[in-house]
Amino acid sequence: MPKQILLANIHQSNLQQIDNYLAVGGYESVSKALKTMSPDGVMEEVKKSGLRGRGGAGFPTGLKWSFLDRKSNKPRYLVCNADESEPGTFKDRYLMEYNPHLFIEGLIVSSYALGANTCYVYIRGEYWYLIEILERAIAQAHQKGFLGKNILQSDYDLQIYIHPGAGAYICGEETALLESLEGKRGNPRIKPPFPAVVGLYGCPTVVNNVESLASVPWIVNNGGEAYSQIGIGRSTGTKLISACGNINRPGVYEIELGLSVEKFIYSDEYCGGIKNGKKLKACVPGGSSVPILPANLICKTAKGEDRLMTYESLADGGFATGSMLGSGGFIVFDEDQCVVRNTWNFTRFYHHESCGQCSPCREGTGWMEKVLHNIEYGHGSMDDIDLLWDIQRKIEGNTICPLGDAAAWPVAAAIRHFRHEFEWHITNPQEATRPNAVYRGNQLLLA
Amino acid sequence: MPQFSTETLSKVHEIIGRYPAGQQKSALIPVLHYAQRELGGGWLPTEVMDYVAHLLQIKPIEVYEVATFYSMYNLKPVGRFVLEICRTGPCCLVGAERIQDHIEHTLGIKEGETTTDGMFTLKTMECLGACGYGPVLQILEQFHQNLTEEKVDALIASCRQKAALMN
Repeated sequence: MPKQILLANIHQSNLQQIDNYLAVGGYESVSKALKTMSPDGVMEEVKKSGLRGRGGAGFPTGLKWSFLDRKSNKPRYLVCNADESEPGTFKDRYLMEYNPHLFIEGLIVSSYALGANTCYVYIRGEYWYLIEILERAIAQAHQKGFLGKNILQSDYDLQIYIHPGAGAYICGEETALLESLEGKRGNPRIKPPFPAVVGLYGCPTVVNNVESLASVPWIVNNGGEAYSQIGIGRSTGTKLISACGNINRPGVYEIELGLSVEKFIYSDEYCGGIKNGKKLKACVPGGSSVPILPANLICKTAKGEDRLMTYESLADGGFATGSMLGSGGFIVFDEDQCVVRNTWNFTRFYHHESCGQCSPCREGTGWMEKVLHNIEYGHGSMDDIDLLWDIQRKIEGNTICPLGDAAAWPVAAAIRHFRHEFEWHITNPQEATRPNAVYRGNQLLLA
Repeated sequence: MPQFSTETLSKVHEIIGRYPAGQQKSALIPVLHYAQRELGGGWLPTEVMDYVAHLLQIKPIEVYEVATFYSMYNLKPVGRFVLEICRTGPCCLVGAERIQDHIEHTLGIKEGETTTDGMFTLKTMECLGACGYGPVLQILEQFHQNLTEEKVDALIASCRQKAALMN
């Protein structure tokens, strides 16, 4: 049985009820931290654990915490990023719905470590039903004395508030999120200064993903050292993977980092293989922004080694032959899916979601969308492939926030690995635009 | 000027109280959600936005800026039920385009349009965060997942039924 830290017990009892949660050892980390540990002591354990940000960037959480400006006499804030909107990613929604108290517990011990007395959870507006679940959990935690003033007679005060967004992918970028939380458009800020110094309302602020914070109670209870023993190398702990696309068992799985990709795709414990007996064509392993990999590079690296579900192994080979673990949004494509159409779809997404501040992103995403639309609908020319390559290169690295990179990478990877498919669309416009046309190898099939 | 019910107004004041003094603008996005539902009939007419500005003691332009940025706010009148269907990659891998075609065909409208009886608006959305359970659509932020043509037909029928009961 693989180790379960985040989803343990969720199938045994209704953990939305605090009594059920307490019965399985819930909120122990709050008593332990507040009664026996200093805030710095908690931070030390998180550093030792090797926990890395679960929102997509994979930056070490403890290190991020250590950047918080402690000399400032302004209030400090913990802001939780629950704006989950990277296509393919739906893990935080699952965690907050089925284990809301673990999440709240993580917010409490993390806020304590940071010396924050107010914590805001910025949740995407489309998850409105979760707000009720979380606010109920917060009210229950207040009743039991885990929140509010003088928590467990420790002299520590904390309030947690849930703040809905209103539909904007960009607000998952931490400085856009802070702007949005201040009641403004979600335009990312220029860094530095980083939020750890100038964050919410100009105060020192840490922004962390839901899953990262929900991992902290286990680390407090068992020690950072024990957490760092789970997983492989610098990929420590467990990770939620949300699997979708053409698989038999889509859903959210908690894996120990280090599981083989092949096992994750084909084992009945996880994805259960490709749906309808078809073959695997490609996979986007970490949310729509990370490079797509063809079947031959997803289960094995270019060197022929088994590809593992770790930050390092998924990135093995760089962007030439690798990808990224990202947010854990694992999107699987069967052999009848069209890479050109999917790339056009993703690019339309980034164009729609670009905040419009930086011209390379604002103009480039729209331009790529148009060119891809032309190719997909039979009006492309061979020059268009080079044009796309050129545009994506000019977006990457030239924008305030990483949305530009996120829009560029999927286009680059699709051309890198599936150039023949773009060429086929361009040289066979009539076949390519036929309804139900499926390009399989060099053959046209009708699905 | 439109006005929130007493109940919503006290909720709004509670929301404002979550933010530090002088930072009441932070309440803008949550309050606009309530305004769209309770005062705008599913969208945000200018007078509703002006009322929210007045409530939060900010300039109307600050509200317009935000209302025009976020996709959940509607800036044109909408039908009684807004069908918000996800059109992003993972949903399309499992047939979202087919479901959208079916809705358009059944209701006789294209995306962005409202039926002549004012009952339904079809709106396409970017990723709703339900990729493993697609195709998916939302009506008033309620998820309807693993959609098939039959499920969509039943959903449309139940909306019509609900409307008839409320009339």
